[in-house]
Amino acid sequence: MNVLRFSKLVFGSATVFFLIAPLIAILPLAFTDSVFLNYPIPGYSTRWFEELFTAGVWQRSIINSLIIGCGTTVLATVLGTVGALGLRDRQLSLALATIKTIFLLPMVVPAVVLGVGMQLMFARYGLTNTYLGVIIAHTVVAVPFVVVNVLAVLQGIDRRLEQAAASLGAAPVTVLKQVTLPLALPGIVSGAVFAFATSLDEVVLTLFVAGPNQRTLARQMFSTIRENISPAIAAAAFVFIVGTVLIAVVLNFSRGTKQANG
Amino acid sequence: MSNPFIRLEEVSKSFGLLTVVEGLNLEIGKGEFISLLGPSGSGKTTILMMLAGFENPTSGAIWAGGKRIDSLPPHRRNMGVVFQNYALFPHMTVSENVAFPLKMRGLPRALIKERVEKALDMVQLGSLAERRPSQLSGGQQQRVALARALIFEPEVVLMDEPLGALDKQLREQMQLDIRDLHRRLELTIVFVTHDQSEALTMSDRIAIFNRGKIEQIGKPSDIYDHPSTQFVAEFIGETNLVRGCVQTIEGGTARVQLPGGQVVFVAAATDLRPNGSVCLSIRPERIKVGRREAAGNNITAAIFDVVYHGDHLRLLARSDGQGLVVKTDRSQPTLSIGEEVQLSFLPSDCWVVRP
Repeated sequence: MNVLRFSKLVFGSATVFFLIAPLIAILPLAFTDSVFLNYPIPGYSTRWFEELFTAGVWQRSIINSLIIGCGTTVLATVLGTVGALGLRDRQLSLALATIKTIFLLPMVVPAVVLGVGMQLMFARYGLTNTYLGVIIAHTVVAVPFVVVNVLAVLQGIDRRLEQAAASLGAAPVTVLKQVTLPLALPGIVSGAVFAFATSLDEVVLTLFVAGPNQRTLARQMFSTIRENISPAIAAAAFVFIVGTVLIAVVLNFSRGTKQANG
Repeated sequence: MSNPFIRLEEVSKSFGLLTVVEGLNLEIGKGEFISLLGPSGSGKTTILMMLAGFENPTSGAIWAGGKRIDSLPPHRRNMGVVFQNYALFPHMTVSENVAFPLKMRGLPRALIKERVEKALDMVQLGSLAERRPSQLSGGQQQRVALARALIFEPEVVLMDEPLGALDKQLREQMQLDIRDLHRRLELTIVFVTHDQSEALTMSDRIAIFNRGKIEQIGKPSDIYDHPSTQFVAEFIGETNLVRGCVQTIEGGTARVQLPGGQVVFVAAATDLRPNGSVCLSIRPERIKVGRREAAGNNITAAIFDVVYHGDHLRLLARSDGQGLVVKTDRSQPTLSIGEEVQLSFLPSDCWVVRP
């Protein structure tokens, strides 16, 4: 018993260390006062955060990430929720099962393949180097996360609640607005959060379809590390991680309310 | 029925190859409390779902209040539905749940508030108006569901095993409450259940379902005393089924020989023929221990178990290979296992049932 507990502890700690070691390595560098991205850290300052929020390219990329992230979130959440409502607990005929698989395909198709296809297609419709183009590209990979999350919640909703609402005089649209969507809200919120997070760290598609004006934070970090290795990257990473933690908190909160309701 | 409020005409329902309801005809009067009783899978819930509009009949017509309703969507049928799991909206408070049907009908806010308060008082839940359904007990939730289904004064209330999830004591209390509401509000209630005692205590009429068809329909006492088939006799209450062969019919009494050779007299039903085989239903409480003179049937049986039930005793006996259950009060002298006794019953207590 003690051996078991001990080995659990050791393996658990080792796994956690394995997962977060890269983060631990990069985070302190955000606070270096040197111009090099390496250890040891000679002294501490917040100059790279200032650089991040004042230097033109970084500032621009943060704003771009927010614009594209919000656009993607809205579009993916709407499309994914509507898709999930359509796919919900039907007797899965072959056709519907196929459609469901297609919905989830962008999760597994290599981003490079999607990127090439999008670049060809977007060029045709004048969408390359536009915000709309990048938002559409990100939406394609974000929709599956919304579909999966919303579908999971919808399948947990008792059909009889909707039947009850109908018998009490609610037309189908009213049932959707007053019963189905409120009950699916935790799933929709999780889906939206995943969509935003997906957009935030998406690099590959962005490389293919975005122009210099749509450089996102992730894309900017990617080029910075090739061109000039500046500790601003570490600061950007720090911002990312804080953002991710906030997202995780939102997710936990929305799951918490789901449990309270269910 | 001279003026039925609800009429089902040749209604059938199939799911793929499976026929759940077959050529059903049923008339329900205004203000009637009718129970649809049957084992699971007998089609009773499907009929309720078709009345509510959640399922469409494969063929046939459903009429309510003189209008054909089988193509009407559920929200335009004006029927209250009470579900077994209550189906309360978890994201709304008790009063919001009860107010829902009135809000759907666009009533002014002040009037809604007043009627919700009245409805919650009616089911004694006024003090819990601001709670969420998850904070209530099963019985309280069921009363909220009742209030919600009654507040918009529907023409018909459909109940799908509404008491199935409650414990015995609460269930009996709710049975009385629902009966009381039925009388006070003059409701038409269609009540689906698989619990025969519930159907017997609550209904004006009972329709017994078996494999998508009505096996027998009638008043509870008719069905209990005069079951038409073996299925009904066994499903409602407890019974002894005894097979025999008709020997002679004389003056309304048939002489029936049991397989073991003993002879009993049976009040003859119209369709009995000499030399025909017959199945008799004899209720356990109709059989007495001890000889009965005059017109009684007396048979000899050996007791092989005596079961104490508090208010009565149940004797398990065997007579020429035929098992018999006898329900007797406790004033009987002590009976011991293995003892030979005389059992007696009247010819009128033997009811002929179709197999």
